[in-house]
Amino acid sequence: MKELIVQGAVYKTTFTRKFEERVNWEAPNINMLYSFIPGTIIDIFVKPKQKVKEGETLLLLEAMKMQNQVRMPFDGEIVKIHVKKDEVIPNRYLIMEIKPKK
Amino acid sequence: MEMQAKMGKLNARERILALLDKNSFHEYDLFVEHSAKDFGMESKVLHGDGVIIGTGTIKSKPVCIFAQDFTVAGGSLGLMHARKITKIMDHALKMRVPLIGINDSGGARIQEGVNSLAGYGEIFFRNTLASGVIPQISVILGPCAGGAVYSPALTDFVFVVENISKMFITGPSVIKSVLGEEISMEELGGARVHSEITGNAHFFAKTELECFEQIKTLISYIPRSNAKKALAYPPKSPLKGRKIEDIVPLDPRIPYDMRDIIRTITDSSEFLEIMELFAPNIIIGFGRMDGETVGFVANQPMVLAGVLDCDSSDKAARFIRYCDAFNIPIVTLEDLPGYLPGVDQEHAGVIRHGAKILYAYSEATVPKVTVILRKAYGGGYIAMNSRHLRADFVFAWPTAEIAVMGPEGAANIVFRKEIAEAENPDEMRQQKIREYKEKFANPYVAAAQGYIDEVIEPRETRSRILHALQVSENKSVFLPSKKHGIPPF
Repeated sequence: MKELIVQGAVYKTTFTRKFEERVNWEAPNINMLYSFIPGTIIDIFVKPKQKVKEGETLLLLEAMKMQNQVRMPFDGEIVKIHVKKDEVIPNRYLIMEIKPKK
Repeated sequence: MEMQAKMGKLNARERILALLDKNSFHEYDLFVEHSAKDFGMESKVLHGDGVIIGTGTIKSKPVCIFAQDFTVAGGSLGLMHARKITKIMDHALKMRVPLIGINDSGGARIQEGVNSLAGYGEIFFRNTLASGVIPQISVILGPCAGGAVYSPALTDFVFVVENISKMFITGPSVIKSVLGEEISMEELGGARVHSEITGNAHFFAKTELECFEQIKTLISYIPRSNAKKALAYPPKSPLKGRKIEDIVPLDPRIPYDMRDIIRTITDSSEFLEIMELFAPNIIIGFGRMDGETVGFVANQPMVLAGVLDCDSSDKAARFIRYCDAFNIPIVTLEDLPGYLPGVDQEHAGVIRHGAKILYAYSEATVPKVTVILRKAYGGGYIAMNSRHLRADFVFAWPTAEIAVMGPEGAANIVFRKEIAEAENPDEMRQQKIREYKEKFANPYVAAAQGYIDEVIEPRETRSRILHALQVSENKSVFLPSKKHGIPPF
């Protein structure tokens, strides 16, 4: 038997497979750029420590025959790049660490 | 053909004969041929164009049936194939008899181009027209992929068989080439996935013959069309087994199997559960009471404490609408702590999904009886066919607790200050929980308002429901005239 808490009361019960496999929510970290689709890195335009303005293209991620421009979400700096040119990456893969301008 | 048999599959004709009463099947359009002229099709003869249609009986009740034949061009759907299906669908709707479709098809016949797409569209349109008029049953006995899946999805009941049924919009090979995700057909869209995860299937069987038995049982419970009532059977008593009052523990936090309760109420203790594996925190299905079909909606404390969530709301709401469309009275057995908390639920849209159950109960005009066994807290109390949504009869056991929330949660809010300022907050909390419990954790506060019609002894449950249904037999209510409502789909 498992325990489920609903409004302060602890219920003895069982869980479903779907409930057990649910993904726990985490607050997104704006300094981590993840891939939103699996694909191939076909070009990288920035280097670590480089200062980048909001909207500048960081790299090209090709997926489903489309070249997606991954852009800087705010004015800031590149901290670390986790991918290489021509690398094939899955979905939700950490591409780059960035930080906002102080 | 041998390959099909090795997979445990019968052929299209064997399936029809196994499902229908002996010597009852009559086939139509045996000599239909396609007239495609491209890609070598002009020289190909496809017998009956890959689908068998006809009429027959199940337990002496008439049905219209079609069965796709995978051994003829992979059961692919071309123009004439679709025309045969729509012909028997039109027939079923006109004659007001149930339609059974056996799906086993590789998909659209590519050589026939847009004509095969047109065929699917014509089928979907008829599925929609017939919805709520005649029962529509889909049996997935092979692949059913791409656009083809939407016909079953539009029908009332979908039957699947382990290792044989495969349903998906995009197959594993496309998913792999585009997204790089590798998955087998069975894991992507097999019988178990659709019975447990997606909720697309309503009945799960291990073999085709077991599946056909399930269909026959279902047919026995439902009426031929929305203008009829389900055929009554000779009344029978429930089997003598565990006493209803011994099944439910007094402590509302301790679970039991709600199906045991249903079996103490129904004739011969028989209950046909629908969507047994999907969202098992709510139970839906058919039983008989004094020979008449009744639809049961019941919280299941044994799974997720019986909470309402996105899936269980969807499951119950659609079943309530089915019962309402086909003149089947609804009995609701209630024991739930409320809606399931969690970010995943909120983000999955528990507001709009949860709203479906309110909508379905509110609009249903068939007789509606509710029995509250133990907990009926908060939104869950309102949703589970409360008086406020126009339940005809609401009964409560003496163990019922009808309140805005459970005593634990309520005490924390109402007595927050006293608890925080107490020398021993834990002790104070326990004391306040007891205080709240005494005052509100009973059926009498709601009964004093007339929200509960009567507090009944557990052992009276069957006889009280029976009486309520008997009194409701000529129920007649009028809803405002409208083209149709806008349910929170």
